[in-house]
Amino acid sequence: MPNSTHSVGVVSAQRAQFDTPLSFRSGAVLPCYELVYETYGALNSDKSNAILVCHALSGHHHVAGYYADDTSNVGWWDTMIGPGKPIDTNKFFVIGLNNLGGCHGSTGPSSTNPETGKPYGASFPVVTVEDWVESQARLADLLGIKQFAAVMGGSLGGMQALQWSLSYPERVRHVLAIATAPRLTAQNIAFNDVARNAILTDPDFHGGNFYEHGVVPTRGLRLARMLGHITYLSDDAMADKFGRELLSGKLSYGYGIEFEIESYLRYQGDKFAAYFDANTYLLMTKALDYFDPAREYNDDLDKAFAVARANFLVLSFTTDWRFSPERSRAIVHALLHNRLNVSYGEITSTHGHDSFLMQHTHYHEVMRAYLNNVSREFAA
Amino acid sequence: MSTYDHSSLAAVRPDFAAIAAWIPQGASVLDLGCGDGSLLRYLKDTRKVRGYGVEIDDLNIVACIQNGVNVIQGDLESGLSGFESDAFDFVILSQTLQATRHTEPLMQEMLRVGHEGIVSFPNFGYWQNRLNVLRGNMPVSKGLPYQWYDTPNVHLCTLHDFETFCNDHRICILERRVMTGDSEIRLLPNLLGSTAVYRFQRAL
Repeated sequence: MPNSTHSVGVVSAQRAQFDTPLSFRSGAVLPCYELVYETYGALNSDKSNAILVCHALSGHHHVAGYYADDTSNVGWWDTMIGPGKPIDTNKFFVIGLNNLGGCHGSTGPSSTNPETGKPYGASFPVVTVEDWVESQARLADLLGIKQFAAVMGGSLGGMQALQWSLSYPERVRHVLAIATAPRLTAQNIAFNDVARNAILTDPDFHGGNFYEHGVVPTRGLRLARMLGHITYLSDDAMADKFGRELLSGKLSYGYGIEFEIESYLRYQGDKFAAYFDANTYLLMTKALDYFDPAREYNDDLDKAFAVARANFLVLSFTTDWRFSPERSRAIVHALLHNRLNVSYGEITSTHGHDSFLMQHTHYHEVMRAYLNNVSREFAA
Repeated sequence: MSTYDHSSLAAVRPDFAAIAAWIPQGASVLDLGCGDGSLLRYLKDTRKVRGYGVEIDDLNIVACIQNGVNVIQGDLESGLSGFESDAFDFVILSQTLQATRHTEPLMQEMLRVGHEGIVSFPNFGYWQNRLNVLRGNMPVSKGLPYQWYDTPNVHLCTLHDFETFCNDHRICILERRVMTGDSEIRLLPNLLGSTAVYRFQRAL
C-alpha cells in the first residue's frame, strides 16, 4: 500500500467558543467555555463520514500529523490515522479534541475564569464522562454533524465512546471501545487514589490554587505519573526493556538512581510534570473512577446498554492488567445480551495497557477491516 | 457485496447448503469455531440471520470482520459462559466437533444457549477411511486433510458413535443429512457418507 506510511501532514488546532451554559452531573454550571480541536480529512457533503477520537487521561486534541513550527510534535495516534492508514483520512473526517477540564487549550482548571480574572483552580467543576459527551455533542452540532460514523477511544477514551452510545444512541453508528472497562475495579480506583494523594499532599499544591503562588506541585505530579506508568506497562515488557540493568554497572549502596527502570520512571515523571496540570490530573482520574453506566440500573450492565443502538468493536490486549480483557468481555456480554452487533478481539501484545497506542500489525489489521466496513456504508 | 459468489461457496462446502436449509429467515444463530465467517456470511445473505461467530484464531478474526459478520474472539473450550441461556434459535458447530477437547460439556452448552444445535463433522466410518485403516494407515483425505502427527482432530467419530453419544446424553436428534461431495447419501450412510450434518435439541 503506497500510502500506508503517509502522514496527514501539517495540522493546526482550531478553537470553538460555547456561550450556552453547560450543566454538569455534579450540579455545577459553566456559563461559557472553549474547546480546542483538530480535524483531518474532509467532511463529505452529507456529513456522514465523521469520526470522533476521544482521548485518555493524558491525551489531547493533537491526534495525528505535526505542526509547521514543530515537526517533531507528532500526534499521539499518528500510527493509526492518515491517508491509507486504518483510520483512513482519504475516506473519513476525523476530529480530535481536548476535553473540557484539560490542560492543552480547552477550558480547564488552569484557564482564567472570566468572572474572577484568575485561574479556576480548585473551583473548576469535577467533570464526568457524561459531561464530556455532552460537550462533544455541542462541538458536533457546531460542525453540523448529526451522526458520527464512529466514535472511538482507548482507556478513558473508550469510556467516552461507550457513553456516546448511551447518551446519544441515534448519533453514533459505530463505537470502537479499546482497552477500556464498563467501570473501574476497586484496585483501579486505589491506584488513582494514590496518584491523587501524591498531588493533594504536595505542599506546592495549595488546595488546587497553586497558580497564584507561582509554583507547581511537581513532586506530586511526578509521583502520580510514575505510579501510573508502572500500571500501563506489563511485567514482561518492563523486564524486556529494563531488566535489572544498572546505570553505572555496579551497586552504589545508596538511595540514588541505580537501576535503569528508576531512571526511566523519573524521566517520564519529570517530563510529565513539566507540562501537565495537576488539577487536570485529579479531574481525569475522578472521571475514570466515576464512570459506571450500570450504577443507576442496580449494577445491571445489560439494562444500562438497553438504549444503545450502535454497532460495536471491542478490543483488549492480553497483557493489559489495568484494563484487562475480562473487563472488555463484560462489555461484550452486555452488548450480546442486548442483541447488538458486536465484534470482540483480544490482541496478543506484550505492552500492557499502553498497547492501544502502539504500532501492532494485527491490531491495526482489525481496525482497518472494521473501518473499511464502516466506510462502505457511506461510500455506497 | 455483489462480488460474493454463494453458489460456488455452497459447492465447496455442501454442508453449508444443508445447514441453511434448516434455518428459517431471520433466525438468530451462534456459530462456534466460525473460521473466516463464510457460513455466517452465507446465512446472513441467504437467510437474513442475526448472528455471531466465536473464533480463536487472529487471522480468522480479521477475515470475519472483512466478511462483515460479528465475531467474538474466544476459546470454545472454556465454555460459553458469556452467552445467556436460550439466547439463540440455533447454535452451530460446523466441522469443529472433531477438534474439540471438551466435547461433552460443549454439546451441553450448545443446548443451553440455543433452542437447537446443528453439527457437521467428517464421518470416520466412511468407507475410504475404513479402507485406509484396514491397509494400516490413518486416513488422509479431502475431508480429513491432516497427518496423524499434526491433526487438530482429537475426537473423530462415526455416525453410529455420534448417535449413541446423543442417546446417552439425552440429546434428541431431529434431522440428519449425510453427504459425499455434494450428493446426498441415503443408502448405508455410515459407510458411504463422508460428511454428516445433524440437527438436534434437548430430549424432553
